[in-house]
Amino acid sequence: MLDPFQDPFFQRALLAGLLIGFTNGFFSGFVVLRRTALSVSALSHTMLPGIALGILITGTLTQVNAFIGALTAALFVGLGSVVVSRSSRVSQGTALAILYTTAFALGVAVLQYLRSYGDLSHWLFGDIRLVSSSDLWLAFVIGSIILLASCVFFRPLLLTLFESSVAAAQGVNVRAMNYLLFGMLILALVTSLQAVGCVLSVGLLVAPGATLSLLTNRTSLLFWGGGLVGALGSVLALLLAYWIDIPAGPAIVIVLGTLFLLAFLLSPKYGLLTRIRSSS
Amino acid sequence: MINDVGVSYGRVPALQDISLATSCGNRVALIGPNGAGKSTLLKAIAGLVPRQTGTIQWRGSAVKRWSHEFAYLPQREEVDWDFPITVRGLVEMGRFPHLGLWKRYSSGDDDAVERALQTLGITDLHDRQICELSGGQQQRAFLARALAQEAHVLLLDEPFTGLDLNASESLARLLASLSEEGRLILASHHDLESAPQLFNECLLLNHTQLDFGPTTQVLTPQSITRAFTSDRPDPDN
Repeated sequence: MLDPFQDPFFQRALLAGLLIGFTNGFFSGFVVLRRTALSVSALSHTMLPGIALGILITGTLTQVNAFIGALTAALFVGLGSVVVSRSSRVSQGTALAILYTTAFALGVAVLQYLRSYGDLSHWLFGDIRLVSSSDLWLAFVIGSIILLASCVFFRPLLLTLFESSVAAAQGVNVRAMNYLLFGMLILALVTSLQAVGCVLSVGLLVAPGATLSLLTNRTSLLFWGGGLVGALGSVLALLLAYWIDIPAGPAIVIVLGTLFLLAFLLSPKYGLLTRIRSSS
Repeated sequence: MINDVGVSYGRVPALQDISLATSCGNRVALIGPNGAGKSTLLKAIAGLVPRQTGTIQWRGSAVKRWSHEFAYLPQREEVDWDFPITVRGLVEMGRFPHLGLWKRYSSGDDDAVERALQTLGITDLHDRQICELSGGQQQRAFLARALAQEAHVLLLDEPFTGLDLNASESLARLLASLSEEGRLILASHHDLESAPQLFNECLLLNHTQLDFGPTTQVLTPQSITRAFTSDRPDPDN
């Protein structure tokens, strides 16, 4: 049973799972509070063409390239959807759906020219077992930045999410807080790319917080508990993937999705079965 | 003291020429038809919407945008009740203006939160999610946040809407005791019958100020007819 722990690839994957799972799980608290899971889905798909174009232009793949490419593409698609919706009768949701799928398709088309940087399925679904030492360092640095910024700005961020007008009146720079959330989201997405790829990263960035929201009313637990669910869920998924021989990225999202379903059914206070039992 | 306050949404003036002077211990009703600018005035005083004209003076000096001594309690439909926060978490938010980014949440802050919960009689509910409260309890939770903030001016947007008779009577007693303790209460209100019992002063408005003074003197049949039948000002004039 303990076999995988002797494998250096698996050890690195485990560490990456803990770091990326915790960071994304922690940040998922903000995604849940902001009710922006669908926008996150759009942004995660948008990363693909951004990073692909970054490689195409600079001829190399680095963490900085990936971040700038992802950020630029996300800004293009995000702002583009606003421009289209404001200057036509098309709603912003519709515009976003068209723009991000177009961008994603563009990314898939460009990637065939970049085969030396991994095949398409690697980008789409990730492979945490191929994580390098520099990837681990990146995950650690990004995780630290997100945790530090979230803790330092926790009060203004919370107030912005709950009552943005009251936050603004109290002198909170609401626009800066929204930019901060956007920046942290892109960072979290970039780290999750290696673990679960751009298609499945939404699961890692939404499921832990959503699970905790069914288990607690304490706002701080939503974040720290989300981090814990993300980290432990990723480790459990890696072990499962090893034992039953399935790809690691999908395993992570399957485990987190299952934990959410369990909370949905069995949460002591808000679970479906609990409510059915108490009403009968 | 409110001097000549005006607010516009784009080119459309929502409110103009509002001036009144009142003092701590008073309960002031803002009365006017739907869309008269009652909520806008409360939000303008609270600093939630920008004031195009006019000034607000508090304790002898001008309030630029916001004072931590002002607390705004939104209408029920404006609150995200599903936000995962407990009553205690909400009341603790009242300490944020005192704590800023860096200060540690101290035992003094905790005492202020406890006192606020006790004053509002919701200590037992401290661990409840805000959506699990009744309408009256929700009002109390937001009032507790205002007390934890050490606010002296309470700006309440339709506080009695949606409350049953018991909860309304209980809230009326509470507002009376808060004003007796020296707090100034300004509340938008739509029930003309109950206004004289609940509020000692009244601002009658319909986009612009029609009258201000003791409630019983302001709310005459003639002034009510005038307020509820006058047209909104033309934005081009």
